[in-house]
Amino acid sequence: MKKYAGIDVGSCTTKAVVIDQEDNMLGSHVRRSGVDYQSAATESLEVALGGEGWDGVPIVSTGYGRHSVNFATEAKTEIACHARGGFHYVQRALTVVDIGGQDNKVIKLDDKGHRLDFKMNRKCAAGTGTFIEEIAARMAIPLDKLDGMARKAEKRVKIGSYCTVFASTEILSLIRAGVSSDELVRGVFESVVDRVMEMIPLADTVLLCGGVVEYFPVVADIFKARISGEVIVPPHPQLTGAYGAALFARELAG
Amino acid sequence: MVEVKRVEIKATKQLREVMAQHFMELGEAAKTKNKKIAWCSSVGPAELAHSLGFLVYYYENHAAILGSNRTASDYIPVANAHGYSPDICSYLTSDVGAYLKGETPLTKAYGIEKVPTPDVLLYNTNQCREVYDWMSFYAREFKVPLLGVNTPRTQRQVREDIVESVAAQLEQMVPELEKIAGRSFDIDRFREILVISRECSQLWEDVLETAAARPSPLTFFDACIHMGPAVVMRGRQEANDYYRILLEELKERVNQGVAAVEGERHRFYWEGMPIWGKLRSMSELFARLKACIAVSTYCSSWVFSGFDPKDPFQSMARAYCSIFIGKDDKGKEDYIAEKVEHFGVDGILYHDAKTCPSNTNNRYGMANRLSERLGVPHLIINGDLNDIRCFSEEQTVTNVEAFVEQIEEAR
Repeated sequence: MKKYAGIDVGSCTTKAVVIDQEDNMLGSHVRRSGVDYQSAATESLEVALGGEGWDGVPIVSTGYGRHSVNFATEAKTEIACHARGGFHYVQRALTVVDIGGQDNKVIKLDDKGHRLDFKMNRKCAAGTGTFIEEIAARMAIPLDKLDGMARKAEKRVKIGSYCTVFASTEILSLIRAGVSSDELVRGVFESVVDRVMEMIPLADTVLLCGGVVEYFPVVADIFKARISGEVIVPPHPQLTGAYGAALFARELAG
Repeated sequence: MVEVKRVEIKATKQLREVMAQHFMELGEAAKTKNKKIAWCSSVGPAELAHSLGFLVYYYENHAAILGSNRTASDYIPVANAHGYSPDICSYLTSDVGAYLKGETPLTKAYGIEKVPTPDVLLYNTNQCREVYDWMSFYAREFKVPLLGVNTPRTQRQVREDIVESVAAQLEQMVPELEKIAGRSFDIDRFREILVISRECSQLWEDVLETAAARPSPLTFFDACIHMGPAVVMRGRQEANDYYRILLEELKERVNQGVAAVEGERHRFYWEGMPIWGKLRSMSELFARLKACIAVSTYCSSWVFSGFDPKDPFQSMARAYCSIFIGKDDKGKEDYIAEKVEHFGVDGILYHDAKTCPSNTNNRYGMANRLSERLGVPHLIINGDLNDIRCFSEEQTVTNVEAFVEQIEEAR
């Protein structure tokens, strides 16, 4: 069976996806990127391939570490790969929103999947996965509790800062004002959505992807409540970029 | 990654010589006091100073050198600690910081011990108010006169009353400058200087025009280096001599099809300031992507074709009021639109320079408006002219690569 691989070496995690000729996902793996991107990519790919070697397997790398994967056939940006992976699930004009560890991407595609425009967040991590981790650590709440807590919140509190440090101090003020932990956590997720919606107007079909949506599905529910168009979450949101890279690998192989 | 080959511009050797001459003269004058020294903003009344025999030192050029050699990062915090905010012009903060530390890159490059002490400080607010604040610092330090022109900006059109006012302000500077220079103003010498300066402008414009060829013989990054004489030696014959040499070489490159970017596939417009500390890496990035930044607002800013010796003060006032930075957004958009068409541009890059609002034009919706009007996509690059703490190389590389992919996809 012919196999094709995509590796997304992101700022926080490395993802590998292996597909067959019909674009079925045969295997995948996610691990922390750490400081050695080449090793992270190697290990992820080995696991995704089920321990088989990758001789003759076309590989496209993407993500911040895309140029560090020396065995890749080609490197493409994460903008290209998230667009490609996202379009695979929708096949019509849409906006792909990727909320990653270090940055957010909003990519507008036409009905052929061609990019019309894209935006990445500004320099601050506010509104990204790193921001959520930072705030959870500050509040001493395990990450796996956040989604459930946010769903229990009865009202919304506003966290408006687009600087992680300022947002943290805003939260301290809210704690002093007696706001419950559930409402604070909900406010953090609402602020992630606010930061995305400040980047570009969102209308019509939106596909959400990235680790934040994978681990905190409440974020998708907040988007659904906020925008009028259809909101789609693919089967493995965190793997969208790596899956897009694998699709490119298949297309490159002809 | 692919290694980028390039054919160097031979005239770079003469460029170094002419720039060295400029600084050596200033160093000599500072040491021997054989000539008076005027510090002048880059689009300030330099021609007037030249006509009175001053050697002219450009403080923005000094700041750009601090940016290019990346020492700005050492000096900006020094100025910050002295009460100059990290949010204001990083030309100002890096230059003031270097002064406070008693250092200048001119020492290593030309053996000049310290920045040449001024006899007078000149400015024109046609580009920004910061030049006034910047020179106010030095007026207090050196206790020398601070003279300048206050020009309104954001003009829908160049209004006659403003031209009158600027011309009057220029004339009013003359008696004070005569006193400092120790000589009388000679209007015929002023006319001669304007003619030389206008010729420099024309030659520089001709140099930039060669980039309309496909492939382009020079890039924005080359132009940032070769514009040196048009900035610091306009009004001096040596600048014109240099540009004749450069122009001849570039025309030859056009005739022979020598590309500044091997295999040029994409042509871009650069709006905004250069990121001085990243010129080389940015140049290599675009070359690797076979993208040539063929035209820019910044490098076209030293074209003053309106100088007229028959009407020296009025024409100088009009020319300095007509610069891009003084226009309103509509005027700027028309200017960019004309260049985009003329140079056959595939995409517009806007540099959002954190500390330079005057040279940052994407913040009021211009990028969206122009893309819609011209059908040309754009990319906003967050950075700064001198403070590279405001610049993320990783994010920029990804954004630029993705922008080129997007343009490829649309073909």
